[in-house]
Amino acid sequence: MSLDTRTVRRIAKLARIGLDDREAEGLRQELDGILGWVEQLNEVDITDVPPMIGTGLARPRVREDAVTDGDRREDVLANAPEREGPFFTVPKVVE
Amino acid sequence: MTDMTLAAARRALAAREISAVELVDSHNKAIESLNGDVNAFIITTPEQAREAAKAADTLLAKGEGGLLCGIPLGVKDLFCTNGVRTTAASNILRDFVPPYESAVTANLLSEGAIFLGKTNLDEFAMGSTNLTSAFGGVTNPWRRSGSDAKLVPGGSSGGSAAAVAAGMVLGATGTDTGGSIRQPAAFCGITGVKPTYGRCSRFGTIAFASSLDQAGPMARNLEDCAWMLEAMAGFDKRDSTSVDRPVPRYADALERGVKGMKVGIPREYRAPNMPREIEALWEQGIAWLREAGAEPVEVSLPHTKYGLPTYYIVALAEASSNLARYDGVRFGERVKADSLDALYEATRHAGFGEEVRRRILMGTYVLSSGYYDAYYLRAQKVRTMIQRDFLSAFEKVDVLLTPTAPSAAFAHDEKPTDPVQVYLNDVFTVPASMAGVPALSLPAGLDAQGLPLGLQLIGRYFDEETLFAAGRVMEKAAGFSTRPALFAEFGA
Repeated sequence: MSLDTRTVRRIAKLARIGLDDREAEGLRQELDGILGWVEQLNEVDITDVPPMIGTGLARPRVREDAVTDGDRREDVLANAPEREGPFFTVPKVVE
Repeated sequence: MTDMTLAAARRALAAREISAVELVDSHNKAIESLNGDVNAFIITTPEQAREAAKAADTLLAKGEGGLLCGIPLGVKDLFCTNGVRTTAASNILRDFVPPYESAVTANLLSEGAIFLGKTNLDEFAMGSTNLTSAFGGVTNPWRRSGSDAKLVPGGSSGGSAAAVAAGMVLGATGTDTGGSIRQPAAFCGITGVKPTYGRCSRFGTIAFASSLDQAGPMARNLEDCAWMLEAMAGFDKRDSTSVDRPVPRYADALERGVKGMKVGIPREYRAPNMPREIEALWEQGIAWLREAGAEPVEVSLPHTKYGLPTYYIVALAEASSNLARYDGVRFGERVKADSLDALYEATRHAGFGEEVRRRILMGTYVLSSGYYDAYYLRAQKVRTMIQRDFLSAFEKVDVLLTPTAPSAAFAHDEKPTDPVQVYLNDVFTVPASMAGVPALSLPAGLDAQGLPLGLQLIGRYFDEETLFAAGRVMEKAAGFSTRPALFAEFGA
C-alpha cells in the first residue's frame, strides 16, 4: 500500500505538527519506506494470539482517589511559556 | 586517581585515602578540558557538585554515607532533576526546569551520589547515533587507528557512554528503550545494564515508549554497574509498572561463576551479512564461558527478525501519545499564532527535530482509525510471540549470549540516510526490550581498526544476578583495558 501526500497531511493534522509542501513529500517517501518494511509482520500467523499489553510482571494496584501532592500551583505554572495570574494563557478560542 | 573505577573509588573513599572533594574536582576538571571535543554534557553543575562533595566528606569522616557516597556521576538529560534544567536534548524543552526529582536520581542522591551534570542524548531518546540532539552530536572518544575521523558514540545514551569512556565521570545513568544503553556502551567500550522492565521506576523520566523504557547503569565494568543498579532500583508506587520485589545486592553475585550454567546461542542472531570480526568475537565469548564450566546450547528464537518492525510500531505509537503533551501551553517553547490549533502546529513543528517529527507521524498513523488493527494491534500480537520465544528458550538455558551491535562505531558522516538502515543498528538489542527481559553489554575486544566491540548477555525476568555472574567470567577472560584516544589523565 502506498501513502499519498493527502494522507500525510491528514496525519500531520491529527498529530498537530505543521508541515510545508516540501516536507510533506519528503515524509511521504520516508514513511512509505518504513511502512513497506513493517509489512513483513503480515507473514506471522497471529491467530488466537492475545496482544502483549505489558510484561505481566507488575500487579495492577489501586489507590485512593485523592490529591497526593496538591497545593503546588506555583510549581505547576513555573515552566509556563505565558501565564496570567494563576492561569495558563492561550489565544482566544471562543469568538 | 587516574583511571579509577567506581568500585575502586568507593573503597578509597571509605578508607579515606582520597576525599570526595578531590575526586569531584578532578572529574570537574576532566569535563572542563574534554567536553569541548566530546560534547557529552548539555549542562554541567560543578559548583553544586563541589558543595555535595564537601557534605559527602563530612559523612565519610564519620564512617557514614550511602552506597555511592561521594561518587561523581553523569545523569542522562532525560531524568528530571529538581531545579536543574532537563531538556531531553530537544528545543521544545530547552529551558524546562523540573520542580521535582525523578525516582532513579532521587534514589542515587539518597545513596550519596554526586551529579556533575546532564549528559547529551538523541532528542527524546530517539536515535542510535546521538546525532539527533538539538544540542549537537556527541563525539565518541575512540578513534580508528591512524584516522582522525569523528565517530558516533551510539545512542540514545551516547553522552553518558562517552562521558564514562573518556574518564569524565565514574558512571552515568542511561535509559534503554530498544538498545539505548547497550549499543552506546558497545560503541564506547564500556559496560551497560538494562534491567528487567519494572526494576527501576520510570517516575520523572521523560517518556519515549512507556512499555519499553527502562533506566540502567553505565560504567567501566560490571562491579561498577552492580553498585549503581542496586542504588537506582526499587519499587515505586508512583509508577504503575514498577514491580514490588526486594533489590538484591548485585555485587554479591559477581563471583558466582558459571559452572553448570547453560548458555543459549540463538541461531537466528547469525545474520548472513554479519561482519566476520563480530562473529569471531561471539565465538570467543562462547569459548570463554565453556572454559569456565558453562555449557553452550543452540536455541531458537524464531521471531527474532520481527523484533525491529514490531518495535517501530509499538514504540512509535507510544511516542506519538507520550509526546502529545508538548504543545507550548503548560511548558516548553511556544511559537505564537492566531488560533490555538495554529499555535500547537507551529510550536510542535519548531520544537521537535526531524527524527522526532518523523516518529510522531509514523506513530499517529499506526494508531489512526482504519490502520490500528492492521498495524498496532498486529504488532502487539507479534510482541506476544517474541516474548514466548524468550520464555521457552529460558526453559532450556539460564542466559543467552549474542553480539550487542552489528558493527563498531561509525563516523559522523557515514550515517546512512535511509531511516530503516539506521534502525538496523538495534537489531540485536530490540528483541530483549520487546520481551522486557534484562540484558547487558560488556566490552569484549577490539576490531581491526582498534575500536571496541561488545557482547550481550540476556537473562530471565529479574535474574540480573546471573547476568552479572556470567558477565564477570567474560570480563576477566577478555581483560579489556584499552583506553580511548580521548581520556582524562586526571590526578589529585
